[in-house]
Amino acid sequence: MIGIFGKLRSKHDRAVLLLVFWLLLALIGPLCSSYNPGAISSQPVFSGPSTAHLLGTDYLGRDTLSRLLDGIRHTVLLCFASTLLSCSIGTFMGIAAVTSKSWVEVLAGRVADGFLAIPSLLFALLVIAVFGTSTVALIMTMGVIYMSGAYRTSRALSQSVAQRDFVTMARARGEQMTYIIVQEILPNIAGPMMADIGLRFIYSVLLLSNLSFLGIGVQPPSVDLGSMVRENMLGVVYGSPAMIVPVIVIAVLTVGINVTLDSHGRKD
Amino acid sequence: MTATIQVENLDIVGRRGKGVELPIVQNVSFSVQRGDMLALIGESGSGKTTIALSLLGHIRKGCRIAGGSVRVAGYDITTLTPHECRSMRGRVVSYVAQNAGSAFNPALSIMPQVVEAASVHRILPKRDLEARAIDLFRALALPDPETIGKRYPSELSGGQLQRLMAAMALITDPEVVVFDEPTTALDVTTQIEVLAAFKAVLAERGITGVYVTHDLAVVAQIADHAVVLKDGAIREAGTVSDILFQPEDPYSQALLAAAEPSVRPTQGVEEGEALLEVRDLVVGYGRPTAMGLPENVIVNHTSFSVPKGGMLGIIGESGCGKSTLARAISGLQPWASGDIFFNGVSLAGDVTLRTPEQRRHLQFVAQNADSVLNPTKPIGKTLERVVRFYGNARGEAVTRRVYELLDMVQLSPALATRLPSELSGGQKQRVNFARALAAGPKVVLCDEITAALDTVVAAAIRTLMTDLQRDLGLAFIFITHDLHALQSICDRVAVLYAGQAVEVGSAEALGAGIHHPYTRLLRASVPLMDSSWLERTRERGLAKALPVATCDPASTPPELCCFLARCPDRVSGLCDKEPPPTLFVPQGPRVLCHLPTSTRPEFST
Repeated sequence: MIGIFGKLRSKHDRAVLLLVFWLLLALIGPLCSSYNPGAISSQPVFSGPSTAHLLGTDYLGRDTLSRLLDGIRHTVLLCFASTLLSCSIGTFMGIAAVTSKSWVEVLAGRVADGFLAIPSLLFALLVIAVFGTSTVALIMTMGVIYMSGAYRTSRALSQSVAQRDFVTMARARGEQMTYIIVQEILPNIAGPMMADIGLRFIYSVLLLSNLSFLGIGVQPPSVDLGSMVRENMLGVVYGSPAMIVPVIVIAVLTVGINVTLDSHGRKD
Repeated sequence: MTATIQVENLDIVGRRGKGVELPIVQNVSFSVQRGDMLALIGESGSGKTTIALSLLGHIRKGCRIAGGSVRVAGYDITTLTPHECRSMRGRVVSYVAQNAGSAFNPALSIMPQVVEAASVHRILPKRDLEARAIDLFRALALPDPETIGKRYPSELSGGQLQRLMAAMALITDPEVVVFDEPTTALDVTTQIEVLAAFKAVLAERGITGVYVTHDLAVVAQIADHAVVLKDGAIREAGTVSDILFQPEDPYSQALLAAAEPSVRPTQGVEEGEALLEVRDLVVGYGRPTAMGLPENVIVNHTSFSVPKGGMLGIIGESGCGKSTLARAISGLQPWASGDIFFNGVSLAGDVTLRTPEQRRHLQFVAQNADSVLNPTKPIGKTLERVVRFYGNARGEAVTRRVYELLDMVQLSPALATRLPSELSGGQKQRVNFARALAAGPKVVLCDEITAALDTVVAAAIRTLMTDLQRDLGLAFIFITHDLHALQSICDRVAVLYAGQAVEVGSAEALGAGIHHPYTRLLRASVPLMDSSWLERTRERGLAKALPVATCDPASTPPELCCFLARCPDRVSGLCDKEPPPTLFVPQGPRVLCHLPTSTRPEFST
């Protein structure tokens, strides 16, 4: 894999390729599994790798690989959606705050500070306690939690850009605010913003895993990487892949995405 | 006797990123005798700063000395270890940089910063150093030498900071001082003081100097020998008088020609039909006071007009409100009172309230081309947007129009796909110009557009402006601090001082007739290509100057003459009692001053 990555000429291609890889895995991975992720398919629990079960079985005797592929789907799609939500709105709002009147900026800043002040896990617990747990609720909650962070970053980045003369000129020309935000300012903060988005994605993977670990994330019979770790906690005693593999996948997913987007943000 | 500085066959190469090494300095040799001053003359990119820094043993990252030798005061720079280099730097050779404002740490007072270099080298105990610093402040003619060290950089003017930076360089009693364009960022009136102070101190201490500059008139004042550089190679070397008065190399001749002041004959633009008229404009910052004026008035009751196809120059020193005025006219800075009329229609203070036609017809070209062009957009796209935005063309015609615009500013259409970072300073300024032209304007406001450019490039941009004025019938407002530049292209001039238009008249007549005292001071401060100019001007100034202490600008009532504190011709009992009237000198400028009436009673208001 590293060899292929090294050969790709631009960092841009590399980031896109990695994202496409995880999305494809999330979308078509479950189709390739030979067992129903919910079906109990073997007598011994926490069995080791075998030809029938490539990654062994879990605490109920279900196929780990099938459950892992299903888990990746939930984790990747949920976090992808929530990051998309938080970062697109947060980034847009951040630039908009800089380009609009000062009271708008003050108001938006205070609201964002308010959200930042609440511990994210606590906030998620609260929302889920009120609205119950569902895929939509999870995406929205994580979206709102990380929106203020994205807002802060984009505001700080666009502040210096918004003072430059090309933005002044666009205003003097009478351009719409949307044009100034999307065409003039956004391309100039895209690099550092990409690195920030990578970070937000990791945060949401970790938050989702935490929530599922606590039992309020993705609910059975669906599974995600975090709930897999929780279910198979006992397996750690037996060195079962059912517990270790999801942990490794979480690490590979988060670190990989972060490193790639980070180097994408850096200038050559 | 060997020379203090001896540079032989110096080659410096550098590379950008992972590219091939390119020569920056090629086969440069020169020597400077003890106590002499050598000027390194050249445009940006000629390698003059690279050579100057190599005298301090500093080579920029990515560059290296490829050959030759540099000997300074007995040290062979090319063979020094980094440690030896550090111990020599500051003690034997020191450096005065271009921008004193950014060379001082704003969080520390002056004195510790001035003595820092000397205390690093442990030359003298701290108390003796401070005494030495105070001597230097006195020698450099700084105000309050005893206490100035306690002040902070933000409390001092640019000219004072530049002299303090010289004190910083001289505190270790170095043998060699390298000056890197130390007066380029200063106003002409301040430049005189700084040059005179430098010259006196250097002569008194017998210091050997290297002076990097592109300004030939400054060279005439301060240097003994000069080296003309282009593309890293020496084009001509010799004494200053040889180079300035009998240059042999064609490039030196071109430099001289570009520096030669040329006055443009007035082209008989009819008066009266004003395209843009500024009437009694007041612009300021801060809350309005009881009188309805802002707390800090930047532009103070200023009036002037620009006829169709005319070229008005606005001149003044930094802080006189030139840029604020430009921002107000272009609708980026609301004003407190007064009016701006365009084609007879009053303009709104906020650009968003102006009609698209008004926005299109009034274009602003800002000083810094780097900041005006979006670094992520190819320049063709930038121009395209302006063309499309004002609906000047559609479809295929847009691309054609972009090529036409590039052609108009004498750039190749092939540049359309380039990013701004891939263009030179002069090219960027041309694109900046094309961006304004893309709108199809009637008036173009140019704010110091040639200030950051080399002499030859700036002259080309000015020629471009006159061509456009002639071919398209455009009117220009050319804001500048450079009197020569202004006279070479403008028909009319407004002299701005402390936000007031103290004189408005024809540019051609600036050289003769009756003028405001500030106009005369400005004229007299522009250095001439004559080595005795500095002394003559200083003597004349000293003989005339009144004790400044008698007139504190802060306590002067605002309605009185704004130039009162600095005016050499002020009449006590008149100027400090009554506000100046607006006088119309027959066949001459409009002046805001008592003077013509007190000397020549026939000029009435």
